[in-house]
Amino acid sequence: MKYIDEYRDGALARSIAATIAREASPDRHYKFMEFCGGHTHAISRYGIEDLLPSNVEMVHGPGCPVCVLPIGRIDDAIRLAMRSEVTLCTYADLMRVPASGGASLMKAKAAGADIRMIYSPMDAVLIAEAESARQVVFFAIGFETTTPSTALAIGLARRKQLSNFSVFCNHVLTPPAIRAILDTANLPEVERVLVDGFVGPAHVSTVIGTTPYVALAAEFEKPVVVAGFEPLDVVQAILMLVRQVNQGRSDVENQYIRAVAPEGNLIAQAEIAEIFELREMFEWRGLGELPMSALRLREAHAQFDAERRFDVVPVPAADNPACECGDVLRGLKKPADCKLFGTVCSPETPMGSCMVSPEGACAAHWTYGRFRDRAKASIVQAAA
Amino acid sequence: MCLAIPIRVEALLPDQMARVTLGGVSKVVSVALLDDVRPGDYVLLHVGYALTRLDPVEAERTLAMMREAAVPALRAMEEAAA
Repeated sequence: MKYIDEYRDGALARSIAATIAREASPDRHYKFMEFCGGHTHAISRYGIEDLLPSNVEMVHGPGCPVCVLPIGRIDDAIRLAMRSEVTLCTYADLMRVPASGGASLMKAKAAGADIRMIYSPMDAVLIAEAESARQVVFFAIGFETTTPSTALAIGLARRKQLSNFSVFCNHVLTPPAIRAILDTANLPEVERVLVDGFVGPAHVSTVIGTTPYVALAAEFEKPVVVAGFEPLDVVQAILMLVRQVNQGRSDVENQYIRAVAPEGNLIAQAEIAEIFELREMFEWRGLGELPMSALRLREAHAQFDAERRFDVVPVPAADNPACECGDVLRGLKKPADCKLFGTVCSPETPMGSCMVSPEGACAAHWTYGRFRDRAKASIVQAAA
Repeated sequence: MCLAIPIRVEALLPDQMARVTLGGVSKVVSVALLDDVRPGDYVLLHVGYALTRLDPVEAERTLAMMREAAVPALRAMEEAAA
């Protein structure tokens, strides 16, 4: 398929990786964070870690919306879905995310709640139009990539004058999350994630462009290379980061020039601004409460806001205490460091959110990475 | 979640919609987030909405830069072989 196959050329990837090995200084360690779950998935699936020299390390970031959604918001969605008049429309990724007390949307559906998996927010609007006796709530999550679609769906519901459509909004923003990773001055030393640079978001950047990262790169003196999600994109971005570190630069560079303009998609930004405004505070799994890091519906669109329509009152909820998702999301721990990983926690019966979505760090490591760990362990054993 | 796939625009439809194809599968999606889309353009599709147009010139330039990035390693291998 055009624009996919040519960026999956294994021989070319190995040659670029060999160039990385030549240019990476043997005297130092390079630690880069891939912000996006899409990159995490590509790195695991295509074995990119195996191509890199041992002193170039990748750590997973918090860019997986299913993973960073705090458990309390899933509880809220289940409570909404259990109301007899409500039809909850959701992306399939959210169905198996563990909520409080062993609940999930999947189990709520099995118990009789009207929960439907949809492909597009447009589908939720069409369901509301077709079933006027139902209160249709769209469970909106995602970073800036997904937000314009929700905004357009709300605009469509307004034009169709639907009084039975609303959105439970959980849209979050990328730059405040990058800031939370980098701004470690007030944290104890063991909780600081020291990275040398970022592989920056692919599709988020098609919407917001590359300029929002400029201030972050300059303030924290860390290079950012916006990269596509195909394996060659990721390998090339890592080479660009190694070169920046070697040259002492901390610039924002764009590897994904075929899709990302510096200013982003101005139409999409205008649609977002029309419908949404910043929340003063929003809780992220792993990162805690972050100011100005998420969106809610503006007062002018209050009639489409499920939180207002159904008086959603937040109830604090704690994660499973043994689950290390929080530290995995901040890059402090790797999936295999969690004692639940691969024992009681697997994609079939996830204990934490990182094991649910295919782009979650634990799910990616379960599906692809753990076999490499085993191969490495047997080599070490054989050598001993 | 941020998954988006490159698809080809076949025909423009009313209400800022378009018919697109990918690997023989045809679908109607929204192109409301883009201006000036034409049949034959490749766009990135995400949850039923085209997010951005793919630039064929920049795509070719990216591949050229990738091939260039491979050159030092290939040259070293040739030298080692010689």
